[in-house]
Amino acid sequence: MVGELTWRRRLFGLWLPLLVFVVIALFPFTWMAATSLKTNAELYNPKANPMWIQNPSLVHYIDLLKETNFLTWVANTMLVATVATFISLLLGSMLAYPLARMRFRGAPLLAIAVAVTYLIPQTLLFVPMADLIGRMKLGNTLSAVMLTYPTLLVPFIAWLLMGYFKTVPKELEEQAMIDGASRWRAMTRIILPLCLPGFLSAGIFAFTLSQNEFLYALLFLSKSSVRTVPIGVVGELIRGDAFYWGQLMAGALLGSIPVALIYSFFVKYYVAGLTAGAVKG
Amino acid sequence: MSKILEASRAGALAAPARRPFRIRAFLERESVFSWLMVTPPVLFLLAFLGYPFFYGVYLSFFEREVARPATFVGLGNFVTLSNDPIFWQAVRNTLLFTAVATVLKAGGGLAMALVMNQSFRMKAVTRAMLLLPFIVPTVLSTVAWQWILDPGMGLFNRLLVVSGLATTGPSWLGTPTMAMISIIMVNTWRGLPFFGISILAGLQTIPVDLHESATIDGAGTWGRFRYVTLPSLLPVIFIVTTFSIVITFFDFQLVYVLTGGGPANSTHLMATYAYSLSMGAGQMGLGSAVALSMVPVLGLLLVLLTLYVRKD
Repeated sequence: MVGELTWRRRLFGLWLPLLVFVVIALFPFTWMAATSLKTNAELYNPKANPMWIQNPSLVHYIDLLKETNFLTWVANTMLVATVATFISLLLGSMLAYPLARMRFRGAPLLAIAVAVTYLIPQTLLFVPMADLIGRMKLGNTLSAVMLTYPTLLVPFIAWLLMGYFKTVPKELEEQAMIDGASRWRAMTRIILPLCLPGFLSAGIFAFTLSQNEFLYALLFLSKSSVRTVPIGVVGELIRGDAFYWGQLMAGALLGSIPVALIYSFFVKYYVAGLTAGAVKG
Repeated sequence: MSKILEASRAGALAAPARRPFRIRAFLERESVFSWLMVTPPVLFLLAFLGYPFFYGVYLSFFEREVARPATFVGLGNFVTLSNDPIFWQAVRNTLLFTAVATVLKAGGGLAMALVMNQSFRMKAVTRAMLLLPFIVPTVLSTVAWQWILDPGMGLFNRLLVVSGLATTGPSWLGTPTMAMISIIMVNTWRGLPFFGISILAGLQTIPVDLHESATIDGAGTWGRFRYVTLPSLLPVIFIVTTFSIVITFFDFQLVYVLTGGGPANSTHLMATYAYSLSMGAGQMGLGSAVALSMVPVLGLLLVLLTLYVRKD
């Protein structure tokens, strides 16, 4: 009786709802993959079973690589995301370290300013930013996005790292300085290495955000050779009103795989970064 | 007293000889070190966040079309907007979109977290899978949704036809109401895991003995949820909701890709309308004015958030 009750409870309280959530989360990706493997004849045949692939074919992938600059876009995306992440981590930790561990005039005001800039969305900035990038003659260069992505990332990274920096006891630093180390040495040799998980969380977050970014890339990169994956796919695989769904889905899937792979290696740190703001307050 | 004076005098006398050491001591001072560290990022943020922000405010007072000299029009752009039915449509859409999507995400996320907060095999893998919609580039998953919602050969309508529920499915993105429902659905799909995983992390910080003592006091499943789980989760839900509101309110890419604001401007959000005015029609001043109209809402949210943080 009790066994039956827990069995039912497991089914209706756990397995069924879990299945629903997983199916909802994943079916667009399976549809993406299925579409990319079907030939056009099968894709647009109303009699074919939409849930099955009759003649799997790589034709859309081959066309994607032959007819578009897809690989260039992937390389651009990786380069931009790496540089933007590096700049953001550097500037973010320079901001977070003193705010988390030192007392200086203006610190409370600066902390509030960081929190406010964290919430300033791109939507408010893109019109003047487009003008600014134009005047700096950076249009259609990767530098345009390498410079502007950190504006989205630095406040967030600083906020996240402050939480990690605060967790290291002050005594460690004091002890090192009594032993003759300078502040700089105490920071680089003792405190920062202890905060490695924080850097991983912030880094993986910044990296995925840079790969996802769309608005600035759309504004600044209109030449095919400098595009990133998101705007390349939307801008060049949708030609006028014609949709090449097979190629589009192949591009969307190939564009998602690097992000998903990197994420799956560091999922622990990603979740830590995601929830740090919410749980630590 | 005199000893101290003597010592300081000695220090003053010896100063010129020990100059390099003094510079180091100066650098070691907490305030000097701190300001040296924070100055580069502060300058960077002033140049690339502060300057564009205020330049945007300045632009909104001008009528400025591409390749034409700007003319000062004062609040003229805002007056133009207040007489623009599409602007008000965009405002209503933004509020509706944000409100409905946030409620759905918060409710669904709470349910996801409660389901996930049980012990079962492959939990870590499941959590990673559930987060996928949130980490995959939005534009790419949105393109997939566009294909799922395709009226002729999309997955939804194919399934409706194959299962015999309809002879032809609805035009998901073709009518104003259906298009609005569709963009809310896709936004919810993408944002749900953010709520789910954050609330789950909050759930895991609730001490087990709280539940135990509530059980001893005679609380049932609902009672424990209502009086133990929910109150402990409120801070997390509040912060996640605030962030989500900000992100949803300023959303751009989803609508830009899925409907482009159509059909007939019926799904424009303020962000996409600002884009289409400034980049499509070349009216930078008017576009900036639309973007700035979003500030009061952002301000209100920030005040709420600060009040909440203060309370802690």
